[in-house]
Formats: sequence, structure tokens, C-alpha cells
Amino acid sequence: MSATHSKNVQPSLLSATNLTCIREERLLFDQINIAINRGDIVQVEGPNGSGKTSLLRILSGLSQPYEGQVLFNGQPINDCREEFHQNLLYLGHLPGVKGEMSAQENLHFTLALHGMINTDSTIKNTLEHVNLMGFEDSLASHLSAGQHRRISLARLYQSKARIWILDEPFTAIDKQGVNALEQLFKAHIAQGGCVILTTHQDLLTFPAEQVKKIALDYTFDSDDE
Amino acid sequence: MNKPKPQTNLSYRMVFSLILMRDLTIALRHKDDIINPLLFFVIVVTLFPLGIGPESQTLSRIAPGIIWVAALLSTLLSLDRLFKSDHSDGSLEQMLLSPHPVFILVLAKIIAHWLLTGLPLILIAPLLAVLLHLNEQSYGALMLTLLLGTPVLSLLGAIGVALTVGIKKGGVLLSLLVLPLYIPVLIFATSAIDTAALGLPYNGQLAIIAALFFGSLTLAPFAVGAALKVSTN
Amino acid sequence: MWKWLHPYANPEVSYHFAGRMLPWFTALAALLLSIGLVWALAFAPADYQQGDSFRIFYLHVPAASLSMGIYLGMAIAAFTSIVWQLKLADASAAAMAPVGAVFTTIALITGAAWGKPMWGTWWIWDARLTSELILLFLYLGVMALHNAFEDKHLAGKAAGILTLVGVINVPIIKYSVEWWNTLHQGSTISKMGKPSISTDMLWPFLFCFLGFVMLVAAIICIRFRSEVLARNSIRPWVQVLVATQVASKENK
Repeated sequence: MSATHSKNVQPSLLSATNLTCIREERLLFDQINIAINRGDIVQVEGPNGSGKTSLLRILSGLSQPYEGQVLFNGQPINDCREEFHQNLLYLGHLPGVKGEMSAQENLHFTLALHGMINTDSTIKNTLEHVNLMGFEDSLASHLSAGQHRRISLARLYQSKARIWILDEPFTAIDKQGVNALEQLFKAHIAQGGCVILTTHQDLLTFPAEQVKKIALDYTFDSDDE
Repeated sequence: MNKPKPQTNLSYRMVFSLILMRDLTIALRHKDDIINPLLFFVIVVTLFPLGIGPESQTLSRIAPGIIWVAALLSTLLSLDRLFKSDHSDGSLEQMLLSPHPVFILVLAKIIAHWLLTGLPLILIAPLLAVLLHLNEQSYGALMLTLLLGTPVLSLLGAIGVALTVGIKKGGVLLSLLVLPLYIPVLIFATSAIDTAALGLPYNGQLAIIAALFFGSLTLAPFAVGAALKVSTN
Repeated sequence: MWKWLHPYANPEVSYHFAGRMLPWFTALAALLLSIGLVWALAFAPADYQQGDSFRIFYLHVPAASLSMGIYLGMAIAAFTSIVWQLKLADASAAAMAPVGAVFTTIALITGAAWGKPMWGTWWIWDARLTSELILLFLYLGVMALHNAFEDKHLAGKAAGILTLVGVINVPIIKYSVEWWNTLHQGSTISKMGKPSISTDMLWPFLFCFLGFVMLVAAIICIRFRSEVLARNSIRPWVQVLVATQVASKENK
């Protein structure tokens, strides 16, 4: 994972140098370097509490690392916030779905906020992709956690963002849904995007050698916790 | 470089109205949030005559202070709504990750908050002024100070909420952070109303409140944006 | 231009630097305060109007100006931390806040104690006392916010934003309170104004004032060192430091 590039090579789509993360006086990871290119699918692995979510949040710019920086196309993300955010889709643990609005209104808002096409028919179409037909007018507070999850995942079908950062995207999703998502990832990386995700189960339809892994198993003084 | 072009680039005005309409829609489907702080305002004001006695002279003497302190407290009570639910369901981080300037997003949310809490307060204030025998000459001053002052309360309060939104028991802390910042508004607003009661011009006080309003309008959203980044960290 | 500052951005260097400064500050504080206080309390002439109760001035005025000064120092540290992402600035702001709060409290108590013989009441809504009280609230708010965060790094950032918001508000609050005070009291007799001070009072005052400044500097050094240690507890140099300290204690 060397970050050295000769001049004629394009810089990595997303890279990180010397990332260090400290949370509540615990060192989660120290001085790690990451380079993610177009067409990569990257799985962040590690036991609970090893900082997977923290790493994803740092890569998306939501959290500041204790040390080090994140680069988008070779530029620090703080210096190109707008461009970076146009190319970023981050889905965290929380679906970001408002209970007071219907499924359709929720999706409309998210798409509009991120500057995506959102005519009524595209929204209906997208909801169909995630099996929410018939629920489009139900208030989200009447829907289940899995359905909230699918409302937020629906964005993936419309997104033109290059970088997808997904924290446990398969939670509360059935097997069929997982399969559909993996197909979506394939199409995305085939178009020159990249996917960075955490998941407890392995990706089923990807050959093992295609999936890059980032292992977070940094151990410090073991009796220190 | 072959950067993918954004599909539809929203103008600032469109983002602003998108967020504003969303917040208003949510609040209107959840009317308790609008009505409860208003009821609180009315009840607090009613308590004073009961605690102090019904002499109309005393009441009209302290009416400006009572109305304004009650307005501060009821604004404080409603501030929680500004970012709390968005923070706990994850929509706040999605907003921060959108390509739009945080300033616009924050300003839209604060203005929505003012429309839902400050404005009803202004509308009901004359009624409470009647209950407190406020001097008749002071009604105009009361309305004008509330009109200029309550947005300042929303703007400064937003800084406090943004700082405490990630903390589990942020409610009491919020009042400790925000109330001292409200003092100048309180002082100038009540003094304007008192001055009006004497039949004197109160332009000076109004101008200062207006200055506080424009100052906080331009500076507070930056502080709120920075604070939200800390809170979602 | 700022190159010479660079080594001090390193926690270890600044920890030891603060350690080296500490004895100087302590010695100067002890020297200046012992001279200044004895001079002020025993030898300086009593005020012709206020008698001996005036002597609390030698404590009250340094405390009041330090309470403002420390807040300003915190704001500068917060600004540095936000603009240049300097983590040590957070540590120094965190070190200053409680010291500032204590000096504000001292200013309030001595102000009240001064007020008793002056006005016959412990508390009077004098403009200066009222702004001191509000300043105390601002300090307490910053400290409470700092304590509310589990993560010290985030705590420092949040408290820094609040400090900056506060420092913009301090002059506004001070002005509004002064204005409110003149409005409601007509002619206030400000005992804490700036009367011309005779030189035999000025010298002991200067000693006291500088003594308190040194005292504050010494306390902040101690607190800064412990803040730096707490924030860097996982760093090897801290662990080595702790190990040698423990070892030297066991040898005793």
C-alpha cells in the first residue's frame, strides 16, 4: 500500500497517510496508510471495537483523525470539500430516515440533498428496486428497521458518486437483498467506482482475490482495557 | 481529469428551501413540539401574578421583564428539537456530507426553528401583555423587540445545541451555556419596552438589538457548523 | 517566521519546557507576593475615606483583571487550536479554565467583602460585579462542556468554540451591563473606578499584581503538564516517564 506515485500515474481515488485514531484515550489504529483506486472493493475487517466505524468515518471526512490526512485524487479532503462530497456516498449505522415523513418523501429529500435526479417516477422506480413498492406513502415511523435500512440503501441505485463508503450495509437485509446489493457493487466498480465497506459475513459473489482487505487488529498493552 | 459531473447542481436558494420545507413539514406533523413551548410560555407568565400579587401597577412595572424572561426560557426549551432528532437518526451527518455549504444548511434549520417557535411567541405575546397590564404605549416596542430579538435567541441557542447534541444529558448543560449569552438581548429589549412606557423614543435600543441580530446572523452559523462537526465526530 | 515555535508543538518538549519554567514562576510569585502583600497590608497608608477596608483592593483588582486576562488567554489558545489544529493549545486552554474561574470567584467574594463596609450590603448590582458574575457563568459553562465529553480531544474542540463565542460576547455583555446599570441607578458612585492612586499605594499594588500573575503562571504550568500527560497517556515517552517516577518512588 505504498503511496508513492510517479508523476504520470493518476493519484489514488481515495488515500490516507499516517492515519492515527485515538478515542477516549484508546489508540484504535496508529500510522496506517491506505490507497484505494478506481475499481477496488475494500473490506475493512477487525473485531468489535477495533475502529472499523471510526476508520470509515475518518475516510468520509465526518471524523477528524488524530494524526494524518485523507486525500481525494491526491488533494486533502478539507481543501476540496464540495468536489469530494459530490463523489462520496456514505451510509453509516444510522439510516437517516425521518419517521414523520413517508418513504417517498424521505428518498426525495435524500436524493435532492445530494443533487440527484428525483422525479416522482425515478423515486417510484428506486423504491421498487429495494422492494418497497406499496409502502411509498406510509410514514416511515410505521415501517420496520429493515425497511428504513432499505430506504437509505435505495440511494445507491441513483448515485453517481465514485466513492461508496458503507458501514455494515447488509444489516437487517435478507439474502436476496444482499445478492442484489453485491450485483450493484459489481456494476459500480466496473464503472470505475470504488466500494469500501465493513461487513460481518464475507462477500459471496466476489472472488476472494478481488476483495482487498484492511485488517484492523492493532493491539496495544493487552491489560490496558 | 475526467471528473464525473454532478447531475443536478442545486442552487443555494433551492437547498435552503429544501431544508426549510423539510423541517417545517416534520414539525407540522408533530404539532406537540410547536404547542408545548408556547404553553410553557403562557404558564410561566401566568405564574408571576400568582406569585407576586395582582396589583396592576406592580405587574405593569415588571411585565417587560417577565415576558422576556419567559420567552428566553421557552426558546431554550424548544432548542433541543433543532438538531437532536437529526443527530440521533443520522440525517445530520448526511446533511454535513452533502456538497452544500454548511452555512446554508444551518441557516435554513435555524430559520425553520424561529418560524416554529419565535413567531408563535410573538403572536401570543400581546395577549399575555394584556394579562400583565403592560403599559399601552409599550405594545409596539414589545412586538418590535420580540421580532428582532427572538431570531437572536434562535441563532445563539443553535450554537449551544450544536455543542451539546452529542452529549447524553445535554439539556441542563445547554441552559448553562446559552443563558449568559442571552443577557444583552434581555437587557436592551426590556429597556426598550420600559422607555416606550415613558413615551420616549427607543430607537437606540432597537438599533442595538438589530445589530445583535445581524451580528449573530452572520457569525452564528459558522460557529454552529464548527460545533456540529465536533458533535458528529 | 513561526519556525522557532515548531518544537513546542511537540507535547514532550513543551511538557519539559513547562517543567523548567515552573520553579522560576513559583519563586518569583513567592518573592513578589510576600513583599507585596506585607507592604500592602501592613505598611501602605490607609485610604483617607475608606480606611483599612480599602486594603482588599490589593487582592480584588489583581483577581478581577486576571479573571479577564485568563479568559482572553483561553480565547487565544482556542483560536490557535482551531486555526492551526494545535492540540497543545487545547491542553493549555483546559489548564487555564479552572484557574480563571477561581480568580473570578475571588474577585466576586472580595468585591462583596469590599461592598459590605462601603454600601452596607454584601451584594449590589454594580456593573463590574455583575459582569464578573456573568464571566463566572461563562467559565463554568466552558468547564462543564469540557467535562461532558468523554474524549478529551473533542472536549477541547467544543470548549474552544464556546470560548470563542464567549469572547465575542464578553465586551457586548460588559457594555450592556454597564449601560443597564447606569440606566437603573442614575448616578452610581463607582468605588471601583479609577481614582488617582498615590505612589505609596501604587508600588505595593504593582508587586501584588505581578506576584499574582506569576502565581497564575505557575499554577497553569502545573495544570498544563498534567493535561499534557493525560492527553498523551498512550505515548511511549509518558509511559517511560511514569515508569521512572514509580521506580524512583519505590527506591525511597
